[in-house]
Amino acid sequence: MSQAGKGFGPLHPAAAAARDLLSPSDLSRERQLELYRWLALNRAVEDRLTNLYRQGKVVGGLYSSRGQEAISIGTACALAPQDVLAPLIRNLGALLVRGIRPREIFMQYMARGGSPTGGKDCNLHFGDLSRGVMAPISMLGALIPMMAGVALASRLQKVDRVALTYIGDGGTSTGDFHEGMNLAAVLQVPLVVIAEHNGYAYSTPTDRQMRIRDLAQRAAAYGIPASIVDGNDVLAVYEATRRAVERARAGGGPAMIEVKTFRMKGHAEHDDASYVPAALKAEWEAKDPIRRFERHLVDRGLASREELATIVAGLQRELDEDVAFALDSPLPPAERAFDGVYEPGEVTA
Amino acid sequence: MSETTYLEAIRQALAEEMAADPTVFLLGEDIGRFGGAFKVTEGLLDRFGPERVIDTPISESGFVGAAIGASMMGMKPVVEFQFIDFMANAFDMIVNAAGTSRYRWGQKVPLVLRGPSGGGVHGSAFHSGNPEGYYCHAPGLKVVAPSTPSDARGLLKAAIRDPNPVIFLEHKFLYRRIKEELVEGDGIVPLGRARIARAGRHLTVVTWAAMVHVALDAAAALAGEGIELEIVDLRTLKPMDDEAVLASVRRTNRALVLSEEPQTGSFAAEVAARIAELAFGFLDAPVARLCCPDTPVPYSPPLEAAYLPDVPKLIAKARQLLAY
Repeated sequence: MSQAGKGFGPLHPAAAAARDLLSPSDLSRERQLELYRWLALNRAVEDRLTNLYRQGKVVGGLYSSRGQEAISIGTACALAPQDVLAPLIRNLGALLVRGIRPREIFMQYMARGGSPTGGKDCNLHFGDLSRGVMAPISMLGALIPMMAGVALASRLQKVDRVALTYIGDGGTSTGDFHEGMNLAAVLQVPLVVIAEHNGYAYSTPTDRQMRIRDLAQRAAAYGIPASIVDGNDVLAVYEATRRAVERARAGGGPAMIEVKTFRMKGHAEHDDASYVPAALKAEWEAKDPIRRFERHLVDRGLASREELATIVAGLQRELDEDVAFALDSPLPPAERAFDGVYEPGEVTA
Repeated sequence: MSETTYLEAIRQALAEEMAADPTVFLLGEDIGRFGGAFKVTEGLLDRFGPERVIDTPISESGFVGAAIGASMMGMKPVVEFQFIDFMANAFDMIVNAAGTSRYRWGQKVPLVLRGPSGGGVHGSAFHSGNPEGYYCHAPGLKVVAPSTPSDARGLLKAAIRDPNPVIFLEHKFLYRRIKEELVEGDGIVPLGRARIARAGRHLTVVTWAAMVHVALDAAAALAGEGIELEIVDLRTLKPMDDEAVLASVRRTNRALVLSEEPQTGSFAAEVAARIAELAFGFLDAPVARLCCPDTPVPYSPPLEAAYLPDVPKLIAKARQLLAY
């Protein structure tokens, strides 16, 4: 029977018993409001991108992380400034936390000359190691060995730097995922892998990817400890990541966190996801990570509805400026197509 | 000063660069205590320790990926493939991850991918590869194929210092068969510069790696008849030293590209096309190629001998061109 069809909700007992409640947290009010601000910004940026896409301003495809924002935000917020993160296409929020500005993302999707890649690459395919961001690779799985190498470099250079990257349920079927996990385990490097179990790889449900229920089982095969977390609970994601990152930082080796979530839109904007059962989508709609966190903040007296609305309104004003800036910025000059293949610097006798 | 083999020259380059630069480290299968399948890294574990000579699982894509990641963080990994054929397992990493990085997001990837290539030792299909065509085709990579111990040392040192991903094809047939006295000091051979391995005026033979020695033997044989082949040893295939090739063709007015690759889609095809495109007016005959047939590399000695270019085949091809 299809796991996706049954609904493969959060597995840990607390979450299963009371799905709407978020994990208890000793994070300060300020820190929790900061998480909220990032969550709201993540969704607001993607909503703006959707508008731009519908206006024909986005040059290529558009990939949304709607419903999965708590994962990008919870994980990225658990890192220290010196750590390095490699996102996948649904980790826009993690980029924001690392200091990538919304206007850079708007320009990138609209292929502007002032975008991070100068118009040479699309959507989130950019990085900036000065902000601890490695560019993603579309060949899924490739980032696992690459980030194992980033972590290996930490050890060789004797610097305190943890590497964190993401993989989807589909991506765990690749050879690179398995080679990278095994290599990270053998070398005992500080790598944290976030496995986002969102039910579908493009149109293919998880039960057509594997005969196991939990991605965490795959980590066990390599002697890598893995935990399973409600991916729509930003506090749980944050706490689990913080523990794994601390353990890696202390020399404990790699770890994996399986976050159970759901992809609330199609693979990309062109995909209406008609293959997803309506009941399943409705079930997850009720577990929207941002609405849940809002209820948590209000119910615990950490913020009023008005305060949250004020935060969102402030973000929207910033985004108005960023969108206008990106729309006004020019496309790159054609001759830029030819430069930058090689790093200059001839080695002479 | 004693003579050094091609293999020892490579080991020397590795040791010298590791001693000079603490960011240089080695990754590969059985390269530590065992010293590598061909013993290229013998002694380096004792000298530099297990953090700089890292034995990996059998996992080409995994350890190339790790090398790319480490390289981006300021390290200079040198990856050994047990046989160059096994690079195919890491093709995606090399072509899509390493080759495109500088262009896509400005991130340099200083990295050397090295290993034994080529046939002539009865290794059959999985152990005799000449993959230069695949990697020259992919943007962002440099491809090097030395023919002498001095070049092997000098080009490998230049490759390790280069801020780009470099594929370094060592020809296993040459490992222990050729030796020479190496120069003192660094002996850097810059990437992208060909050399005239033998000067001549009747026909330019453009070649690299083990085939340089086939060409030299053929040239020696033909010299007795008053036929002088000019042999251009490319040394670096990408970036290719077009000017050295074209200058030679302008002098001899005939060109033959000699390569150990299967002919279709070979790098030899690219060399021939460039000569035809850029020096057509100087040619007294069509540009010719002598490559391997489009078959996997065979095992049995008579089959492999039939497969590989050799001196008689080259002489026959040269005569055809000269008689055109």
